[in-house]
Amino acid sequence: MRITQGTFSYLPDLTDEQIDAQLRYSLRNGWAIMIERTDDPHPRNSLWEMWGQPMFDLPEDESEVVLREVRAVREAFPQQYAKVVAYDRSLGRQTTALSFIVNRPDDEPGFRLDRQEHGDRQIRYTIHAYAVEQPVGRRYGVGGSATTSNGASADGGDGSAG
Amino acid sequence: MADTTPAKKDRWASGVTPYAEMGYWDSDYEPKSTDVLCAFRITPQEGVDAIEAAAAVAGESSTATWTVVWTDRLTPHEHYQAKAYKVDEVPGTPGQYIALIAYDIDLFEEGSIANLTSSIIGNVFGFKALKALRLEDMRIPTAYVKTFPGPPHGIVMEREYLDKFGRPLIGATTKPKLGLSAKNYGRVVYEALRGGLDFTKDDENINSQPFMRWRDRYLHSMEAVNRAAAATGEVKGHYLNVTAATMEDMYERAEFAKEIGSIIIMMDLTVGYTAMSSMSKWARANGLILHLHRAGHGTYTRQKTHGVSFRVIAKWCRLLGVDHIHAGTVVGKLEGDPNMVMGYYDVLRQRYNTINPQQGIYFDQDWASLPAVMPVASGGIHAGQMHQLLHYLGEDVVLQFGGGTIGHPMGIAAGATANRVAVEAIIQARNEGQDYYSEGPDILVKAAKGCPELDAALEVWKDITFEFTSTDTPDVTETPTAS
Repeated sequence: MRITQGTFSYLPDLTDEQIDAQLRYSLRNGWAIMIERTDDPHPRNSLWEMWGQPMFDLPEDESEVVLREVRAVREAFPQQYAKVVAYDRSLGRQTTALSFIVNRPDDEPGFRLDRQEHGDRQIRYTIHAYAVEQPVGRRYGVGGSATTSNGASADGGDGSAG
Repeated sequence: MADTTPAKKDRWASGVTPYAEMGYWDSDYEPKSTDVLCAFRITPQEGVDAIEAAAAVAGESSTATWTVVWTDRLTPHEHYQAKAYKVDEVPGTPGQYIALIAYDIDLFEEGSIANLTSSIIGNVFGFKALKALRLEDMRIPTAYVKTFPGPPHGIVMEREYLDKFGRPLIGATTKPKLGLSAKNYGRVVYEALRGGLDFTKDDENINSQPFMRWRDRYLHSMEAVNRAAAATGEVKGHYLNVTAATMEDMYERAEFAKEIGSIIIMMDLTVGYTAMSSMSKWARANGLILHLHRAGHGTYTRQKTHGVSFRVIAKWCRLLGVDHIHAGTVVGKLEGDPNMVMGYYDVLRQRYNTINPQQGIYFDQDWASLPAVMPVASGGIHAGQMHQLLHYLGEDVVLQFGGGTIGHPMGIAAGATANRVAVEAIIQARNEGQDYYSEGPDILVKAAKGCPELDAALEVWKDITFEFTSTDTPDVTETPTAS
């Protein structure tokens, strides 16, 4: 299956040029940009791991700075999901403005739907990602974990997130 | 013949004193920042003076009755009287006037749309001296805004909960509206959601009929929602309609929707302001997104001389608090002048509305940080219009493609995919700096090259437009500026 979270998941995977165009759009709007990655793709996992700090105050013509980080996260975690998150701090928004996937595992096994039968014909549903049957860092096969000793950002928050 | 002009009567003498002379007209009045202000379109009967008609509206919507009553003198009546303070002829439409009327905030109960509307539209619309009356707009002072709860969640919270950003949300109303069994109904929901829609929806008149009782529909819909979420890895929702005959029934259905894990419920405007306010309170307390279908509004919003403009209904609903509200499509099958519809969207989404005669906005309105309501566009729209929909309606909107999903020649899921690909392609193009409005058809055709579902949708609906003249239009038209 193909996880379709993010703004552009129904289109073919964006090329780096296409990603750059979205980055420049975001920077033109004055948005901060953050990169996040995860190996726990549950639809309600709202806390993917941060790849470094959010990038504030970048001018439009420095979108390459972000693109370098996109390449870096792919290299460090080739078999994890990574997304670009553009953030709008303006009054009344103060939330994500755009968010799209820029890396995904080669094989996406998807989710199992567990049903627990209750009385009155009710069912309790649980969505279970096959990948999380493995511990953090060993999901999605080789390359699911950091392949470089890329510094503090590489696997920082995983201990508690798992 | 004797002189028919009566000698001016004492204000307090028994009998009938013209409203204008009783204090309901005051051309020097300067509205206070705490006043509720209303713009009424009045059409007086032949021979009735426009100022007296405006004063009558002010009187009958506040303290007055048809004759002088001495008991007024037991009150500081000047304070409680509404004051008409401006009457202007509608340009190009003889016999119609816009009257501005100010009401002191003390006239209204805190947080009660029922009370506000009982005062302001309670009595005056049947008033014989007027041929017709319409409430065009209302300025709600900040002090009064702050007594209302506003949307249970609002656009920001909804997007964070759904984890969906940067594009319109897309949905579909299950069709046929009536007659499907619960299992068949669940099939439509599942196919539409797994194909790529974010939401599906009960229609306004799907409540609990003999062909499908509410509980059965809820259970089958939740099976569909959860299966689609597992198939896509996305949060999905189906608006379960809790509209019912009594508040007790509505609470029962809402509680059950929560218990089985629905993230969203809906209700119809027909349940009334108090019931809507109660459901809003419930939705905030229980964490369910609250969708409002504006069933029945056309009976009082559509005709230009009569009733209450939808922009006022939209304001009341933002105050009492809904997360979604149907607000028009511009391009679809239902009434909606583009400027008027954009005005409704602004009322629902902006932090501050500024006067805009072109959009029918008569007053500045500060929303005092009340969260925004997500407008919903529904009725006769399809993937081939995506560039127009984004242009007119913007990004914070739910686009509901009912027929435009379920009527797809390759099936429901294909219809959903077509809509999703279309919206993502147009957003991508817009962000890349393309002139997506004029190049929209080309952008969609290009996206359809990799997507047979979109290709089929563009082909089957290519000539569908609804070109009818709107009845509710602005009084002023834009003067094209020389370039």
